[in-house]
Amino acid sequence: MDRFVFLTVYGLSRGAIYAAFALALVLIFRATRVVNFAQGVLAVVSAYLAYSVSGATGSYWLGFGAALVSGLVLGAVVERVVMRRVEHAPPLNAVIVALGLVLLTQGILGMIYGNQYRAFPAPFSTVAMTVHGVPLMTRYDLFVFGTVLVLMLALAVLFTRTATGLRMRAAAFAPQVSRLLGVNVGRMLTLGWALAALVGAVAGMLIIPTGLGLHPTAMDLVFVSSFTAAVVGGLDSPIGAVVGGLVVGLVLSYVGGYLNSASTPLAVLALLVVVLLARPGGLFSASTARRV
Amino acid sequence: MTALLRVEGLTAGYGGVPVLHDVDLAVPEGTICAVLGANGAGKTTLLRTLSGMVRPDRGRILLDGSDLRGLPVEQLIRRGLAHVPEGRGVIDELTVEENLWLGGLFRADRRALRGPLREAYELFPALYARRRHAGHQLSGGERQMLALARALVAKPRLMLLDEPSLGLAPLVVAQIMALLRRLRDDGGLTVLLVEQNVRSALSVADSAVVMAQGRVVAADSAGALVGDDALRHAYLGF
Amino acid sequence: MSRSTLLRHLVVTVACGVLLFGLTYALDPFRDYQLATAAAYLCATAGLTLLAGQSGQLSLGQGALMAVGGYTVALVQNQFGAHNVTTQWALLGSLVAAICVASVAGAVIGVAAARLRGPYLAGLTLVVAVAVPSIGTLWHSLLHGDQGLSVYLLPAPASLGETFPLERWQAWLAVIAALLTMLALGNLSSGRFGRTMRAVRDDEIAAKLAGINVAGTQVTAFVVSAACAGLGGGMLAVLAQSVSPGAYAFTLSLNLLLAVVVGGLGSLTGAVWGSVLLVLLPWLADDLTNSLIHSPAAQQRLAGNLSLAIFGLLLVIVMIAAPGGIQGLLNRAGRRVRGRRERVAAYRAEPSAPDAQPHAPAASRTSIPNP
Repeated sequence: MDRFVFLTVYGLSRGAIYAAFALALVLIFRATRVVNFAQGVLAVVSAYLAYSVSGATGSYWLGFGAALVSGLVLGAVVERVVMRRVEHAPPLNAVIVALGLVLLTQGILGMIYGNQYRAFPAPFSTVAMTVHGVPLMTRYDLFVFGTVLVLMLALAVLFTRTATGLRMRAAAFAPQVSRLLGVNVGRMLTLGWALAALVGAVAGMLIIPTGLGLHPTAMDLVFVSSFTAAVVGGLDSPIGAVVGGLVVGLVLSYVGGYLNSASTPLAVLALLVVVLLARPGGLFSASTARRV
Repeated sequence: MTALLRVEGLTAGYGGVPVLHDVDLAVPEGTICAVLGANGAGKTTLLRTLSGMVRPDRGRILLDGSDLRGLPVEQLIRRGLAHVPEGRGVIDELTVEENLWLGGLFRADRRALRGPLREAYELFPALYARRRHAGHQLSGGERQMLALARALVAKPRLMLLDEPSLGLAPLVVAQIMALLRRLRDDGGLTVLLVEQNVRSALSVADSAVVMAQGRVVAADSAGALVGDDALRHAYLGF
Repeated sequence: MSRSTLLRHLVVTVACGVLLFGLTYALDPFRDYQLATAAAYLCATAGLTLLAGQSGQLSLGQGALMAVGGYTVALVQNQFGAHNVTTQWALLGSLVAAICVASVAGAVIGVAAARLRGPYLAGLTLVVAVAVPSIGTLWHSLLHGDQGLSVYLLPAPASLGETFPLERWQAWLAVIAALLTMLALGNLSSGRFGRTMRAVRDDEIAAKLAGINVAGTQVTAFVVSAACAGLGGGMLAVLAQSVSPGAYAFTLSLNLLLAVVVGGLGSLTGAVWGSVLLVLLPWLADDLTNSLIHSPAAQQRLAGNLSLAIFGLLLVIVMIAAPGGIQGLLNRAGRRVRGRRERVAAYRAEPSAPDAQPHAPAASRTSIPNP
């Protein structure tokens, strides 16, 4: 029972990060119908920058700030320089271009930082606090929950309460009509990619200290889990992405805890296959998401 | 009266194939001009060219004397041109209120738009009752009202209306035409109205142009066109 | 497919075989090994170009299917080794087993994939590519985790002589595998099945209305492509004489995709260019860094990473600037040359004719969109 509680909290903490990362995927998918396969590697770039800044200044938080800013900038640059050129091409092209970015970025990171894992310390203790002798959660888990919660609330406010959020949603749903209403759709797309990369960078910052450390491929598995989370939620639905993230986090935590940690990638695969075959539109899609 | 909208020698089309040939048009301020013609006559292409969605090959589009050609679509509303597209362009995923807000966001922030929104609701009480509903939950008539109301929140000088009567019950069409008349008479709104429904269009229009195969084949006052039997039979089918 | 097409394919295959056979004698063992590697890649990329380019299903899991083939060859070969089987034909058995096992794996993925489109399919196959290598760790007793397995391989037949290099023998094996793959896929794609696939790719609904079994076609394409990946992966295992999860990591899948896209999506000849590129580019990049940079630390950091970055950049640039890939550019250049020649010929035949007339066919030819 103690173990179950611990695995549940651990799963929710990982799930919160997957949720954030999945949310970033959904942000871009809703606006452009493109799954940003480069999102993991963009987050890794931000994490490396944070690593360098933290190393130079000695402050974790300056590094964290650098990751946020670099996320915004990277997202905007990638959209403006690369993705915009395949916007009207067949959807396969965007996928391939994003994968090209993955190779390019991993190569560049390897050239700059080398291919060994680098220790990436957590800002809070990762030793579990015990309640009545039962290990419950770590301070770092609390930090994760808090950060993701703040992020989600900020996004919710942005999209439902502000004029910019309204414009972004309009541009995503109906670009032509939005232009007639004076919305600069191109700018909204850039902003959407910037925001998504920012959210991805935060997710990367949160999850890398819990893993093997910093490496050009550090986010590959996270991407896979979060993509599954987004698909569980329907790729289209922000709330679905959050729920999907928590579900994936829990499943992986239980599988890793009760079976074998090496089987978690296969568990992701199994979960994805089951969801895709049972409800291809995801558990939260209002309409059929897929068009033949 | 000076013409608010003046179109001179406009030629435009898709992928190098011209659809509009040498179209001339003038709409005086505070009047309603109907664009009539059969399916495929180029009416919708004309509107799409005016609002920048189709690039003209030749000709000029003057709004109050300044040329609109080459302006990005999203800039046109700032010049006072509102386009209510065919199919109405209500954004289904947004609520009625969000749609209305979006209509005015280019010129004012949310707080400043409370007044214009209240006016829109006074004009269309049905929309107020459904202001929290998503666009896809509205009926056809409500969608048309929302599209019109949203365009009015923008406080445009010229409204381009594409087939507002399409798929609506005659009673609703009559209401919409009456509303256009009122907006012109009380608010000085200028409207370029594309319609298949010739009778209702001519019932509100001051002037009209008849298009066929991408050309303007007749332009006159609405009354004169109604009286021109030959023209009516040849192009308007009644 | 007409009989003449079949004959033409056969003639081309035999001609290529003779040419490559001679080439292996001209090359030193290192080059022979590179040739063998390119040929092994070609098995997999040819299958992938059929799947992605002609049936329209983008799979990022081709590397995982190669892993299936590679591990199958390793396991079967090692059984042969344990039982002291000394006939060269045993390898054929291992490779056939690799093809069969990979086909079954491909069928499983294909059945799931046939219901998926675009990003969903790409995502699912990506998860396959990332997840499958972890089976090595999970089934440690059989597959020996990250360390992998070594592959039992007989030396080149004694009849070839004492000094016959193993690399040349490996090149022969790989080239034969690649040629047979190309022949089979060439016939498949120029025949009825190819037309069916392309019909499904271009318009599923129209294909369905025309009586085509859409899902069946898609699954079949997946199985064919998986069989090719199994063969290619098996050949890679034979070349390296070892298999490990690292050798078939996600990057391999991306590299195969790169080869197919840069070579020219959907074109079998393009797959040849792409596979050659996969072998030559890392080698050239390493050569370049080693000759330009002398600090061993910097060399080590650039090793592999420079070619990775170049690959990525190529993928982005090709997709944006020349989606037809190398083969697309070659076709365009070929048409231009041919067009000019025809124009000249026409002009010579009828020098008094107005210029515009002989231009017309050339102009219409250059405007044909790339396949």
